[in-house]
Amino acid sequence: MSKAAKNERYARQISLKELGEAGQDKLKNAKVLIIGAGGLGCPAMMYLAGAGIGNLGIVDFDLVRLSNLHRQILFSVNDIGQSKAKRAAEVLKQINPDIEIHVFNEELSNSNALNILSDFDIILDGTDNFSSRYLINDACVLLNKTLVYGAISRFEGQLAVFNSTKSSPEDRVNYRDLFPLAPADHEVLNCAEAGVIGVLPGIIGTMMANETIKLITGIGEALINRLLTYNSLNNHFFELELTPRAETNKMIPKGISEFESFSYKAFCRINSTFDLSYENFEPMIKNGNIQIIDVRESGEAPDIEHINHINIPLSKLKEQIPEIDAKTIVLLCQTGKRSTVAAEILSQHYGKSRKIFSLKDGIAAWQKENN
Amino acid sequence: MKVELTLFGQLADIAGRTKFQLQDIPDTDTLQKKIHEMYPEMANMSYSIAVNKKTIHENTVFEGDANVALLPPFSGG
Repeated sequence: MSKAAKNERYARQISLKELGEAGQDKLKNAKVLIIGAGGLGCPAMMYLAGAGIGNLGIVDFDLVRLSNLHRQILFSVNDIGQSKAKRAAEVLKQINPDIEIHVFNEELSNSNALNILSDFDIILDGTDNFSSRYLINDACVLLNKTLVYGAISRFEGQLAVFNSTKSSPEDRVNYRDLFPLAPADHEVLNCAEAGVIGVLPGIIGTMMANETIKLITGIGEALINRLLTYNSLNNHFFELELTPRAETNKMIPKGISEFESFSYKAFCRINSTFDLSYENFEPMIKNGNIQIIDVRESGEAPDIEHINHINIPLSKLKEQIPEIDAKTIVLLCQTGKRSTVAAEILSQHYGKSRKIFSLKDGIAAWQKENN
Repeated sequence: MKVELTLFGQLADIAGRTKFQLQDIPDTDTLQKKIHEMYPEMANMSYSIAVNKKTIHENTVFEGDANVALLPPFSGG
């Protein structure tokens, strides 16, 4: 492309004296990987593509769904059912055809992560689950890559720059210094279960792009070894300093083979003692003498009319525990997370006077098996 | 000694408030014990603790009034 066209495309940012032509060249030479083309990833990669990051990588194995469109702003109704990573790349190419985009239409795992990450300088974590977050963190530590972290829950977001190569090795902080152990699966709800307003990942994802541009160009102060939280309900920002934890190093796999054999899914999934598999659940339905309780909110699909059950949404169960006569109670929800919480609530109330179960992996997994 | 607590995410949902004060708390271990008594659900949750806007990893004695933040991990994206 001619210099004149390049100058026109980036004119408004090159004219920032802090950035200038030199900063634009740094952006052009940068290699940035965005993991997760979701609520955080979409706005982040749109701004990074617009800013002229020379090499952008996109990792996502998922397909676009209607329920994504309120926050995953790269996609439209025509994209439903298509690969997020491929569609994102196509849209970004329209925003800026002068950059290179690498599509990784696959699930990030410990067998492909080191290979994918090694070609990039800065990694953005916009994933939606803990096993990916620990995996990405550990890979960044092993490969000495700067990690721009963003995460959201309901109306709040977190933002940080971990493992910055600009920080001396002894001061360098990573995700495990902040959260050494993954929470139990049912402790934290994901966006599908807890809900999210589309604007919040828009704000946090945009801030992730801003941190990335600052890191590349050297402008301002990136959130290196600091965590910023944002509450979209009251507009409160809270910033804190992150300090290294002595035990963190021991927890991170030491080399490639240790990393590749570490089970991140097992590390993030502490099995609940209430878990009931659908294989064991089906004969229990036939035998009767059990009370089945659907703890999803009213109107959640799919309905389970074919089995005898009652509906008590988890939110109601927290307020008032109903009297249940049956000696065996089976709780179910979409994925098994809320039903585990419900099982704990009932178990505290009934003690050992009832047998309380939660359908493992929920109605979603059970239905998948039956189809 | 006065401790001003700031809660985030689900911890704030459980407590029904984002800020409150506690008196006569000498250190972070005592503080945790106290809030787990007040909100038993929190005892089973993982969260990070920051004293005066700096994360801590072991029991920390308060030298005067302190601001303490409790931050749970978020996974959403």
